[in-house]
Amino acid sequence: MTSPVATASDRSAPPPSDTSRPAPRLRTPRRRHSADRPRRSVLLTVLTSLVLLYSLVPLVWLAVSATKTQEGLSRSAGLWFDGDFALWDNITETFTYDDGVFTRWLLNTLLYVGLGAGGATFLAVLGGYALAKFDFPGRRSVFAVVIGAVAVPGTALAVPTFLMFSKMGLTNTPWAVIIPSLISPFGLYLMWVFATEAIPTELMEAARIDGAGELRTFFRVALPLLAPGIVTVLLFTMVATWNNYFLPLVMLKDPDWYPLTLGLNSWNQQAATAGGEAVFNLVVTGSLITILPLIAAFLLLQKYWQSGLAAGSVKE
Amino acid sequence: MPTHLTKHSRRLLRGTVLVCALALGATACGDSDDGGSGQKAVSEADIQAALKEGGTITVWAWEPTLKQVATDFEKEHPGVKVDLVNAGTNKDQYTALQNAISAKKGVPDVAQIEYYAMGQYALTKQLTDLKSFGADKLSAQFSPGPWNGVKAGSDGVYALPMDSGPMALFYNKKVFDKYDIKVPTTWAEYLDAARDLHKADPKAYITADNGDAGFATSMLWQAGSRPYTVDGTKVKIDFSDQGAKTFTGTWQQLIDEKLLASVPAWTDEWYKGLGDGSIATLATGAWMPANLESGAKSASGDWRVAPMPQWKAGDKVSAENGGSALALPELGKNEALAYAFVEYANAGDGVQTRLKNGAFPATTADLQSTRFQDTAFPYFGGQKANKIFAESAADVPDDWSYLPYQVYANSVFNDTVGKAYVSGTTLAEGLESWQEASVKYGEEQGFTVEK
Repeated sequence: MTSPVATASDRSAPPPSDTSRPAPRLRTPRRRHSADRPRRSVLLTVLTSLVLLYSLVPLVWLAVSATKTQEGLSRSAGLWFDGDFALWDNITETFTYDDGVFTRWLLNTLLYVGLGAGGATFLAVLGGYALAKFDFPGRRSVFAVVIGAVAVPGTALAVPTFLMFSKMGLTNTPWAVIIPSLISPFGLYLMWVFATEAIPTELMEAARIDGAGELRTFFRVALPLLAPGIVTVLLFTMVATWNNYFLPLVMLKDPDWYPLTLGLNSWNQQAATAGGEAVFNLVVTGSLITILPLIAAFLLLQKYWQSGLAAGSVKE
Repeated sequence: MPTHLTKHSRRLLRGTVLVCALALGATACGDSDDGGSGQKAVSEADIQAALKEGGTITVWAWEPTLKQVATDFEKEHPGVKVDLVNAGTNKDQYTALQNAISAKKGVPDVAQIEYYAMGQYALTKQLTDLKSFGADKLSAQFSPGPWNGVKAGSDGVYALPMDSGPMALFYNKKVFDKYDIKVPTTWAEYLDAARDLHKADPKAYITADNGDAGFATSMLWQAGSRPYTVDGTKVKIDFSDQGAKTFTGTWQQLIDEKLLASVPAWTDEWYKGLGDGSIATLATGAWMPANLESGAKSASGDWRVAPMPQWKAGDKVSAENGGSALALPELGKNEALAYAFVEYANAGDGVQTRLKNGAFPATTADLQSTRFQDTAFPYFGGQKANKIFAESAADVPDDWSYLPYQVYANSVFNDTVGKAYVSGTTLAEGLESWQEASVKYGEEQGFTVEK
């Protein structure tokens, strides 16, 4: 048994190396320069740099703009600082504006992510494990349903879900956001594939022979092996729940239950109301604060996440 | 209110409208099953008793100054709790309200509704007729435009006016001075000013307009056009009168000569233009100062207010742009308490609180008071702008009416009239197709529509 963690962390340093190789070579015996010393390609370096720039510029813009006052935002160029450095003021004001409702939105988001993404991950792990390791009638149709569900965007389901929840009297409560977030077909699929590869059936059999019950086998034997996959799914669902906009938009009317996405939008909309105060500086600063936890999560969980992605790609 | 919906939010709107449409099928939207409740009279004593007994009312409103009003009201009546909810701004809130009414669940006790949207709720009897509370006796307190707005084309009084938006011309004096351009008093002079300005500085435009239903209807209102006639469920839509020609004649030239900045209103780009002088004027409602102060801070001292340019030199005709009222949805609970709050906020002590926080009144006494008129606006270089606004409020013709489904009509404005701003279609043709679309929708909704 080889733990995917070990293989992955060894390789985590140069992640682009895999992509630099033409696809068919995955199957051919490895060449000397491919694993540790990837062949250099000028074109690829240029392209990657462009993509890197493309993805970093908005972030830089956001970080720079968060240091500006409302006035400074329109006065100065986007990618450089204005004379007034107002980052600290902006942060303070973001948390105190409108009776500190931002904190409330932040806590709401944490709640939705905690219960929604956490629950979704838990369910995906249970389901994926069961589908991968147990043979039961109807497994194929479950597979078809899951694959089909992956193709349906959550946005398309938001309105029917609203109608259903409305009948159940759950709209305008946090449950209306948390319950739909619990379902992650893609997470389930990923867990399934991962569990198939990561848990040797022999190991489960050994555990059973040693007298472990199914639950014990799952928690003691399977779960540790699934860790990288779990982290990957957790990241996926976390990002999805954290960024979720349309579902809460449809479900929630009470700003006290807004997640950050809706709250920031309502601040942004405020500028479009007669007599409303334009607080673009707070919207920008709030957005920056909003993405920081996601960035942190990605950086901290990076190595698990990468190993999770690569799981099953190499047959040993 | 002239709010520009971005493409994104329009898409969302469409999505949520679908919610309503679906909900309609399920629960039969807008049926007025208890039309009799308008008859009962609620006395002052009933209201006082309700206030003493206390309770909670839910208020859906986005108007920022109401927050303080709610706090004060709670302080005055310790048993009462006002649950002030911002359920979205204008169209978003209407969708939410319509959904709640359709579902007969979660309907607020008080809702903020703009004048242009009032008819939609009033004519379908989704609002309580406040005459039973004696609201009709308050008519003298409000200026004619807003009061006409809450009557919504019929006998009832469906809300109390909260604020109003008599129009004025906001202009960037610094820019006008720099190029030595005279402040226009007629729309013909405005057109000349637009040409001179754009010639002097190709980056500067007289104003930004890429098609805004609220603005267009206000301009038609001022130009003497009365495209909508509403009599119960009989509606007439006609954009062929002289007033409409007057407006399109001038505005078409602004479009043809590319004298309008194509910046969507209310975006940060728009605020930027207002701040840096590339958008030099705004003909809009008197609530604008608060938006300028927060959105275009850097231009503080540059802007001034002038009376609306006239279509005929020497005239004094204005129009309303925006403004909203507080209404009691039929399905709301706690009517007596809700009314007490509405009266407090819009005709009682709440008015002063809101004025102090920058709202623009609909009450004539406040419009005429010296304290209000003598307020100097530092943003406008110390100008006593309220004088101009108050005068404008008095010059608003009170015979304008909106469609009972103006929210829908406005939502298709950009697909019809809006084309004039981006293609070879003329404004007049655009109005024609707007008319067609409005007629079609009206008929589908069961109105008798005359063209």
